[in-house]
Amino acid sequence: MHSAAPDPQTVSRAIDALARTDRGRLLSALIARLKNFQLAEDALQDALASAVVHWGRTGVPASPQGWLLKVALRKAIDLLRKDAREDRKTVEIARLSVDEAHENATDDIPDERLRLIFTCCHPALESKTQVALTLRTLGGLSTPEVASAFLDNETTMGQRLSRARAKILAAGIPYAVPGPEAWAERLQSVLTVVYLIFNQGYSCAVGDRVRQLGEEAIYLGRMLDSLRPGEAEIEGLLALMLITEARRAARLDADGTSIPIASQDRKLWNDGRIADGLSLLDRAMARRAAGPFQIKAAIAALHVQSEPPDWRQIVLLYDSLLRMEPTPVVQLNRAVALAEAGAPEAGLRALETLVPVLDAYQPFHAAHAELLSRCGRAGAALAAYDRAIDLASNPSDAVFLRHRRAQAAENA
Amino acid sequence: MQYMALIYGDPSVEPAYGTPEFETMMQGYAAFSEMLKAANAYVSGEGLQGVETATSVRVRGGKVETMDGPFAETKEQLGGYYILDVPDLDTALRYAAMIPSATYGTVEVRPVMDYS
Repeated sequence: MHSAAPDPQTVSRAIDALARTDRGRLLSALIARLKNFQLAEDALQDALASAVVHWGRTGVPASPQGWLLKVALRKAIDLLRKDAREDRKTVEIARLSVDEAHENATDDIPDERLRLIFTCCHPALESKTQVALTLRTLGGLSTPEVASAFLDNETTMGQRLSRARAKILAAGIPYAVPGPEAWAERLQSVLTVVYLIFNQGYSCAVGDRVRQLGEEAIYLGRMLDSLRPGEAEIEGLLALMLITEARRAARLDADGTSIPIASQDRKLWNDGRIADGLSLLDRAMARRAAGPFQIKAAIAALHVQSEPPDWRQIVLLYDSLLRMEPTPVVQLNRAVALAEAGAPEAGLRALETLVPVLDAYQPFHAAHAELLSRCGRAGAALAAYDRAIDLASNPSDAVFLRHRRAQAAENA
Repeated sequence: MQYMALIYGDPSVEPAYGTPEFETMMQGYAAFSEMLKAANAYVSGEGLQGVETATSVRVRGGKVETMDGPFAETKEQLGGYYILDVPDLDTALRYAAMIPSATYGTVEVRPVMDYS
């Protein structure tokens, strides 16, 4: 691809694309060598800046990833030299230089992203930090993009990310895929981070940024599936996200009101994604290693497979889920399914035991209002709608709830 | 890397001296220390007497101020520590979770500053 006068636009597009798609892989390889997250991050940043200058003169090299890795290692040495006040660092410089000498500029970069994601999602980091670091490091989002996903300002997010990288180094958080004794538990925390990213994209405000987060989570799920094939819970999470995301176009009506799944226009569903999700779920279940994400995917699958869905089956799935995740939110979902399965009074009773723990949770009051109204308790239902509307965190939910409240008031 | 495991607990929740539970806990500590030594992960470790025996000092304007009591009055108090020498945080956390008092209180794990 060497040409006498490279087109600046082609070069800058190539660099943007690399920064987006290969960032995680390059960083993972750099951290493996440098044993220092922040240094790797800074060195890669410097290498990308260099690429803008050099490639602008000579064109994009035959092996851009190899070029970036090599230059980043050289930049890391420069950075260490600037800061070299101690013998230990001098030794480190020497070691790097030797490594570098063996470096050939090829694209055959070892893929260390599995180690990297386990480090980013380490339980010694706060949950929000895990999510942010994963998006920044493996998702290829810029710091301002990560900040906007959290509705945080850029400086605060930048500081959070720097503190996390510093803690990884100082506290000795290992850059390693956990061994069999910790695998299942640590995998769940990685999958939880990916699912939080997905939900952030699903539940908060409307727009491209949010759509991007949903796709980002699916990208991370596919990445995990390819790095560790045959893992039932990874397949389960990916199936859950695909089936849920497939309904995106049908989730909101023209004025941005949420539409419950039973009233959605099925023609707007992405059938290809649903089919992908269902076949992944089948593959996962055939491995006979049940887990919470497979159960959630199975519930999502039942919702799209028939109308009305098989609510009795859904209640049973929630029972299994409760054994693994005995949380009030799962109990809430089970109570709603129970009501739908033909036992509204029993569902309402089950739901009302959750008042003390879920009083500040909007979906609880929305579900409570629906069940009260179905059981003929109109006055209490209106009060529950009011509480849900007060707590609604996004406009589309609020509009939907006001609409339901108006219907309930008419029927009262 | 060296880590300090700081063992915090609420004395009113931990087994009382002289009870069979206390004996079990102390045997647990002895076994834990032995295991650390066998794994070459032990640097040091001690238990501390209660906070009612604590005295705090500070120097202000060249004058030594001496106070009765611990640095901070909290329900969970520092009751002892281990210094561990292990490859990484995961290993340190795995050991910290085996400290008998982790069942009653909280063990805080901090890397020891490396001045080399």
